[in-house]
Amino acid sequence: MSVTVQPELSGDVIVYRRRRNVELALLLFAQLLGLGAWGIAQFNVLGEFPPSWPVVTGCWLGLGLLAHLVVRWRLPYADPVILPCVFLLNGLGLAMIARMDLIPTPPKTDATMQFVWTALGVAVFAGVAVLLRDHRRLQRYPYLLFLASLLLLLLPLTPLGVELNGARIWIKVFGFSFQPAEIAKITLAVAFAAYFYEKRDVLTLVGRKVAGIMLPRGRDFIPIAVMWSMALLVMVFQNDLGMALLIFGLFTLMLYVATQRKFWPALALVMFLIAGVAAYRLTSHVPRRVASWLHPFDDFDANYQIIQAQFGLAWGGLFGRGLGDGRPGLTPLGKSDFIAASIGEELGIVGLMAVVVIYGVIVSRALKAGLLCPDGFGKLLAGGLGFVLALQVFAIIGGVTRLLPLTGLTTPFMSQGGSALVANWLLVAIVMVISHRARMPQAATATPRVATTDDETQLVMR
Amino acid sequence: MNGPLRKVSIFVALMMAALLVNLTYTSVVRQESLLEHPSNRRVRDAEFSRDRGAILVGNDPIAMSVESGRASVPYQREYPAGELWAPVTGWFTRVHGTSGLERQYTLELAGTASTQAVNRAVDLLTGRKPAGANLQTSLDPAAQKAAMEALGDSKGAVVALNYETGRVLALASTPSYDPNQLATLDTKAAGERWEALLNADDEPLKNRAVREVYPPGSTFKLITAAAAVESGLNPTSEVASPSSLRLPNSSHSMGNSTNCGGETTTLEQALATSCNTAFGKLGLDLGADELQAMAERFGFNTEPTVDIPASASRFPTDIDQAQTALSAIGQFDVAASPLQMAQVVAAIANDGQMMRPTIVDNVLTRDLQILSANSPTEQSRPISEATAKQLQQMMETVVREGTGRPARVDGLTIGGKTGTAQTAPDRPPYAWFVGYAKEPKVAVAVFIEDAGVARDDISGGRLAAPVFRSVVQALK
Repeated sequence: MSVTVQPELSGDVIVYRRRRNVELALLLFAQLLGLGAWGIAQFNVLGEFPPSWPVVTGCWLGLGLLAHLVVRWRLPYADPVILPCVFLLNGLGLAMIARMDLIPTPPKTDATMQFVWTALGVAVFAGVAVLLRDHRRLQRYPYLLFLASLLLLLLPLTPLGVELNGARIWIKVFGFSFQPAEIAKITLAVAFAAYFYEKRDVLTLVGRKVAGIMLPRGRDFIPIAVMWSMALLVMVFQNDLGMALLIFGLFTLMLYVATQRKFWPALALVMFLIAGVAAYRLTSHVPRRVASWLHPFDDFDANYQIIQAQFGLAWGGLFGRGLGDGRPGLTPLGKSDFIAASIGEELGIVGLMAVVVIYGVIVSRALKAGLLCPDGFGKLLAGGLGFVLALQVFAIIGGVTRLLPLTGLTTPFMSQGGSALVANWLLVAIVMVISHRARMPQAATATPRVATTDDETQLVMR
Repeated sequence: MNGPLRKVSIFVALMMAALLVNLTYTSVVRQESLLEHPSNRRVRDAEFSRDRGAILVGNDPIAMSVESGRASVPYQREYPAGELWAPVTGWFTRVHGTSGLERQYTLELAGTASTQAVNRAVDLLTGRKPAGANLQTSLDPAAQKAAMEALGDSKGAVVALNYETGRVLALASTPSYDPNQLATLDTKAAGERWEALLNADDEPLKNRAVREVYPPGSTFKLITAAAAVESGLNPTSEVASPSSLRLPNSSHSMGNSTNCGGETTTLEQALATSCNTAFGKLGLDLGADELQAMAERFGFNTEPTVDIPASASRFPTDIDQAQTALSAIGQFDVAASPLQMAQVVAAIANDGQMMRPTIVDNVLTRDLQILSANSPTEQSRPISEATAKQLQQMMETVVREGTGRPARVDGLTIGGKTGTAQTAPDRPPYAWFVGYAKEPKVAVAVFIEDAGVARDDISGGRLAAPVFRSVVQALK
């Protein structure tokens, strides 16, 4: 077996351009787009711009400026594209929710609440940027974080929890509903990344070979397998299949990236298929989901929501009815789970495609941060968080557009709902910290050499 | 660890690409059927609240869109004389679809027909609100009113055509309904009204003039007579008119309800007295194929060509001799709409040339530019001019001295034929009168399903001929 040697430090220093002014310009553009969407939608519905527009403009731009200044101060090397993309999606979501608030009489005020949550999300973002100087500090507590995740997941089963739409995944505190699984998604990602980073070598190199496949030792693999299966069990028990899918995907990705063995994703796929078939055979709601995906019109009343979403997309056509001119109110949950259908109806297939592409940009930037990051923990964490975001977008938008069976997930940054919004801002904050670390000026290393002779080399474990 | 991460990013890219491809698929493949789906409320409501064009009789609208004052449903359909014109306009509802001209010309009225593409583009460029086209009809308000009033409380229908042009002058069906009550923005009230109309015993939602077919009874003898004349007979030809005609291969025999005037009579007298056995025998002599061919030349068993949703009239195929004899007098499985019978008379009155019946003359934009026009067109020539002249002579005899005397109008040349069609033993027979007047040039079919009178008083001459008279006098 070849052994990688410590590359020699070259005298060069790699310095990435900070491009903070580019970020500011993009941010301003993104925020004005959201603000414009809000103004046009309000104008089209009400026939006038709401008198509150100076306050809204001030608060919204102030929020962006705050986030930008914090980045300038604490994360000057972070990727300049992520923050504007997130603000664009968040702004579009707010505009859409505010527009749909006007449908019932009297109008609702969900958008105000969502704006407060956005502010809280930005505050969390700023807090992480200020306090978490180095993402590697998160590496220290895999078991503690796992326990915390499990507690969060179990919270809805306590008397605090409430059942909504057939899934017991919410808690209600002081009148605010909160979905703890959204936070657990991130804490689990950190716990998995920390564990796999610590154990990746023993997982890869130590163990028995069975039928050509290297199986890790039980003492290395069992703790993580227990963590993973407990988390999954809780979610399946709560009927939160969407979140279970995310955690399953996250775990598979980390195992693959850490061990670099294709065997694991292949095994995961087989397990997923088996679980899928078992769920189809043994439960009643999985076949229902599949039927409403393949043949929604066979049962109009039962599949009312997905059918209305399809009607909305068709009604929107290529370029949409225009903000405020569609009928997104006809689709149940058009502000939350089905906001993608509302966007498609009013901004068209083209608008929804643009949204998908923006998600793609955020994910690609997160993965890029992972590629650039010098330490393995950062690579695992950035890759995992980016992948989880991509998987979530894929599952929910794919579900709404009938690419996949529907799983009850939120559309990141857009759906109405505070916990998901704050959690995703937290996710972005961590990715930004990793990106900052990855792009900081650092001594360039020469290409790692492979020791072929019996040189006096130092074996490195890191 | 960068190798796996790169592979993951390819996987992520594939997921995003799958979303984009699926969105394209939604837009390109699924969109059309989704928009056409009857349960699509978005499309339904948009169509319902559109500024549709008006349907005009002369210069007066019988259907028009008016501003509702509601932002969500800016326009509402209004029918100034709803019950009078409901058989023509049809209904226009949010939930229960449309009928009549509202249905036939829905694209033109909505402004979304392909002929209006240029106008739509101009409207878009000039910032003018898009508006649908108006329909200019050939209907005559006096004739329509006369028809509806003459039908009164009975269940029935009247169709009047200008036989030279095929233009429809009156299209009445009773009982009628008020389409305003179905077009109201109050969806609940509209739904309740719809249910009430749908379940009413006298079935007001049926358009008896064009959408329903009934046994034409003795009025069908015109077609049997046409086939006989085409095969060489003339009005003075002797035909057998026994008091009873045994139906071949059957235990039944056909009798007469009127006095045919002996064991033999002339073809003209047979028609004037509406002699069943004479025409049953003629049908047997001509044969089923000959009768069917003549009926089909007049438009039976083919899709109606009129510009309003209509049903095809039927002449049975593959029938035995007994059935042929019954079919020759318009019984058995023969069924015709009043419009079909009006067309038969119109072709005879127009010297054998059948014109395509039309209700709408022109489709006009709001600036009176003609988008499309229904100019008079020949549909077919079921009989020769000579045959037509002889049939006219016989029909005029029917009115002058036969069963059609109640249809006489002083100073006008009138030809016609009565009919009293038996249906089931437990329900009253249908009364028919079909006829024409030479000046004005009009062919009229009157059909009365049930007038609520004693069974013995029901006959085409007694019930239907006076309605014919009223309509012709209104047009005089």
